[in-house]
Amino acid sequence: MAKKSLNIVESAYRAVMEEQDDTILWLVAAMQGAGGSHTVVLRGNAVNYAIAGQGAPGLTVGEWKQSQAPRMDRDVADLIENRKIPVYVVEEDLAERGIAHDELVSGVKLVSRRALPRLFAEYEIISHW
Amino acid sequence: MIKKTLTFALMDAPYESANLTTAFRILDAAARRGHAINVFAYEGAAALAFTRQSPHPNPVHGKNLAEENHPTTKDQVAALLAEAARNGGKIDWVNCGMCVDERGVNEFVPGTRRGSPADFQTFLDASDNTLVIPTK
Amino acid sequence: MENYLLIESRDPFESNDVVYYYELSKGLVEAGNEVTLFLVQNGVLAARPSAHSAALSALCQSGVKVLADNFSLAERGISKLAEGIVAAPIDVIVDHLAAGHKTLWH
Repeated sequence: MAKKSLNIVESAYRAVMEEQDDTILWLVAAMQGAGGSHTVVLRGNAVNYAIAGQGAPGLTVGEWKQSQAPRMDRDVADLIENRKIPVYVVEEDLAERGIAHDELVSGVKLVSRRALPRLFAEYEIISHW
Repeated sequence: MIKKTLTFALMDAPYESANLTTAFRILDAAARRGHAINVFAYEGAAALAFTRQSPHPNPVHGKNLAEENHPTTKDQVAALLAEAARNGGKIDWVNCGMCVDERGVNEFVPGTRRGSPADFQTFLDASDNTLVIPTK
Repeated sequence: MENYLLIESRDPFESNDVVYYYELSKGLVEAGNEVTLFLVQNGVLAARPSAHSAALSALCQSGVKVLADNFSLAERGISKLAEGIVAAPIDVIVDHLAAGHKTLWH
């Protein structure tokens, strides 16, 4: 049986266009598919991943055009709906960034910074990405 | 001392971050104690074991190749593998395959291997403990 | 009660996110855990007595054990540490890992 693993993701939009994914959310999804039992907490700037309706058009360099531009809101929804990975978003980090709860993709859970110690106690492995 | 199985995830590319100096110091300490060590080299860290790295001289400081003795991470990885073996431990160093492919770093230090996120999942479940050293 | 090792590689001069990590360490203690905060790399810059080291000394007062990596201190020429902070070797990280303590890096 897989160990329960909590993944705290804080780095946002780092190499996302190049990789066409957030590489940590991608990794967690891949590990879930390999039999893992993962949960994600989005904190810091990564809370922005949960905003519905985001996404830039693909990069263009000369004649080269990106055809598969990433959409972080869709990836967050995919984790929740298709891969059964709970996704928490830190409430205070949303408020500090002026993000209202009704801007978020459905299915994300809110967690207070103060509640993180209690959440940590529920997991065998905690990875701070 | 009871030997444990410890897993580490690395993400930083060579020569870009102080994180790797600390990571190699931690790995060295664990290897000297004979622990069984798993390393999942993800993203830029997939280049740490690339055998085509070459040292260079230092013309700014007037040092030739030998005098500069410039570090390469491939040598540090090889030294780590040897240190673990010397102390009765072992290292399973996995370079994430897709990360290797997109960076073109597909020639590895002997004793390291190509792998995937499934290997990292196996490591997580089979280890006594795990430390992720993220990139910024 | 659990044991945690929180490794802090960042410093408050360049990153205001260290406040989150310092507060997390205190929150974990308040939740009944034993917590060690291990400063490495530029994280040790906050260990030198300054306006910023007060936050670390306050953590020590609230029950967090604050250590600073010997190597990182030497690299930066830091010989005097703020109240409550102790220099320590990198082996401490391996000790905590081998003991099964939850270990996080920031």
